[in-house]
Amino acid sequence: MKNFDRKKLNRLLTGSVVPLMFLIISLIAIPISKFTGVYLADQIVTRLVRNSFLVLSLLLPIMAGMGINFGMTLGAMAGQIGLIFINDWGIKGAPGLILAAIVSTPIAILLGYFGGKVLNRAKGREMITSMMLGLFISGIYQFFLLYLCGSVIPFKNPGLLLSRGYGVRNALNLITAKGFDSLLLIKIGGVNIPVGTFLIIGLICLFTVWFKNTKLGHDMRAVGQDMSVSGSAGIDVEKTRIQSIIISTVLACYGQIIYLQNIGTLNTYNGADQAALFAAASLLVGGATVAKATISNAIIGTALFHLMFLVMPVAGKYITGQAMIGEYFRMFVSYGVVTLALILHSWKRQKDKEMDRRLDREISSAPK
Amino acid sequence: MAEVKGFVKNIGWPRIIIAIFLLSLFIVAPIFGVRVDTSIHDVIVRFGMNAIMVLSMIPMIQSGCGLNFGIPVGLVAGMLGAVISIEFNLTGLSGILVAMVIGVAFAALFGFLYGLLLNRVKGDEMIIATYVGFSFVFFMNMMWLVLPFKNPASVQGFKGEGLRVTISVEDYWFNIFNNFLKIDITKYLSIPVGMILVFAIMALFVWAFFKTKTGTAITAVGSNPDYARASGISIDKMRTISVMLSTMIAAVGMIVYEQSFGFIQMYNAPSAFAFPSVAAILLGGASVNKASITNVIIGTILFQGILTMTPSVINSAINIDVSEIIRIVVSNGMIVYALTRKGK
Repeated sequence: MKNFDRKKLNRLLTGSVVPLMFLIISLIAIPISKFTGVYLADQIVTRLVRNSFLVLSLLLPIMAGMGINFGMTLGAMAGQIGLIFINDWGIKGAPGLILAAIVSTPIAILLGYFGGKVLNRAKGREMITSMMLGLFISGIYQFFLLYLCGSVIPFKNPGLLLSRGYGVRNALNLITAKGFDSLLLIKIGGVNIPVGTFLIIGLICLFTVWFKNTKLGHDMRAVGQDMSVSGSAGIDVEKTRIQSIIISTVLACYGQIIYLQNIGTLNTYNGADQAALFAAASLLVGGATVAKATISNAIIGTALFHLMFLVMPVAGKYITGQAMIGEYFRMFVSYGVVTLALILHSWKRQKDKEMDRRLDREISSAPK
Repeated sequence: MAEVKGFVKNIGWPRIIIAIFLLSLFIVAPIFGVRVDTSIHDVIVRFGMNAIMVLSMIPMIQSGCGLNFGIPVGLVAGMLGAVISIEFNLTGLSGILVAMVIGVAFAALFGFLYGLLLNRVKGDEMIIATYVGFSFVFFMNMMWLVLPFKNPASVQGFKGEGLRVTISVEDYWFNIFNNFLKIDITKYLSIPVGMILVFAIMALFVWAFFKTKTGTAITAVGSNPDYARASGISIDKMRTISVMLSTMIAAVGMIVYEQSFGFIQMYNAPSAFAFPSVAAILLGGASVNKASITNVIIGTILFQGILTMTPSVINSAINIDVSEIIRIVVSNGMIVYALTRKGK
């Protein structure tokens, strides 16, 4: 293993090995699972609508060299707060969703700013810090919803509250359900295509492409390449990093709103927990690394990851006769794919560092 | 004044706040009808149950591998030892000792592989350890269903295969350490001397280990890798040893926890221990790259004290259950605080 070729490793990382592997696993599992093609196509379209926005929200921090923003749950929680208020105010459909986005944007910006500040104090270990930050804020989020809502913050609709009179219920039916999906819903051969939501996702893709070419986008990429060099080139490194986290958090907030309007029910207290894991896994399955991710990685990854997610438990059930095995297997794969991607990335970085050191030594010892 | 400032800086604000909070909970407890001796008893028992797991953080922190978020790897080894011991129908002291020996053996193997992995990802150990821990738990979930365990006490009744979610150790080695040399002080307060003794032995072992040549080398690797390399210490080897040691102590910790708790919790249970164990040692004053046994003792008492006292006292005082939220905020907040502290 010591002589593991650097070139080979590079190819493994940048190439499409990971997406291909997932495609093959899924292709083997599809016939075993006995799902029909139409059903799968419909499900994949639904999953794309639901999740791709959340996955896209991870792109900017990666560009800024901060790795995967596991703290995107901060944004997801902000989005949920917005949706809960709109549910209370009784505004239905797409207007309700837009209002929810407007209400939750300041919360997301505030949380993103806080997150960026914290991550600036933890350079070099942003990923673990952002993950712990997500768990920490989740405690405050629970306190806010369980004790402040309905007591300090007035609620009009007692149906949203727990029977004791304050605190939001554990599960809510959203009156804004399918708000975006029902705009321009097209049906092609049994496959529902919510064009409205896809247009919104298209907009965010356009935004990302445009943003990369702005001054701030260039700054972010420079900071991601080398903090000290961009610092001496006159870029405010700390500020740029905070901005990337703020944008990511706000996008995650909108992403969660889109996700929940598609699902239609809100799991108030645990709804955001797994958001970062599944988004990160999707992105990495699409062939992204911790240092480089594109829009196509995000979209392809979301489709492939959820194809696997759908097919695996059922296939596992038919093969082993035990439903739980498939269930555990897909959780294992979700965590496993993130683990593997993190390991490969870190390993490569270490190899590069060793290579540089060797190169330095060769240069300095070369005969003058 | 300067002395006070130095003292505060030495101990750190979070620790002082938590300690004062805990102390005030103990002071107001009688007012709300919560028995202080019961509370002290609970804190001591919980300390004994969790301290070894917290202790398992030390070797990895000392060798520069950071906080062991991958503690589930060791806990799973402990569970494996426990269920195999039950499979052999061993009861009493021999049962738990066999469980420990098997658990430690598996932990040595897992720890070796885990250590090799962490050597390839220097600088990113913590996030990778977290995900390795979670992945491993789900991998083992499949194994718990598939492995050929047969003892009716541990397999699912209706199918006769696949382990239960909770396996009772009541008939095997329940409270075996807790009841050893137990001292009853009042009706509600007894001290499980045996369990504390097990912790003391483990702590002594860790302390003695870090006095040996290998132990000093591990500390050197953690505090100054360049110096260590220059003096001919194999960094990778020392790191692997430290990871194995951490994993093995965690396996023992899991079994000690189980004998007091009365059940072996299978499946997702080990992942629930990762963040609390990390938080406890940080609360005791450890940092990402420095930890001592004093940190373990203070941290576990403070953390378990908060967990014991907040549900009983605050619930009786204001009739709402904020203990769960306090637990989340304190443990995760402590970890974020430690990760963002300046310095290496």
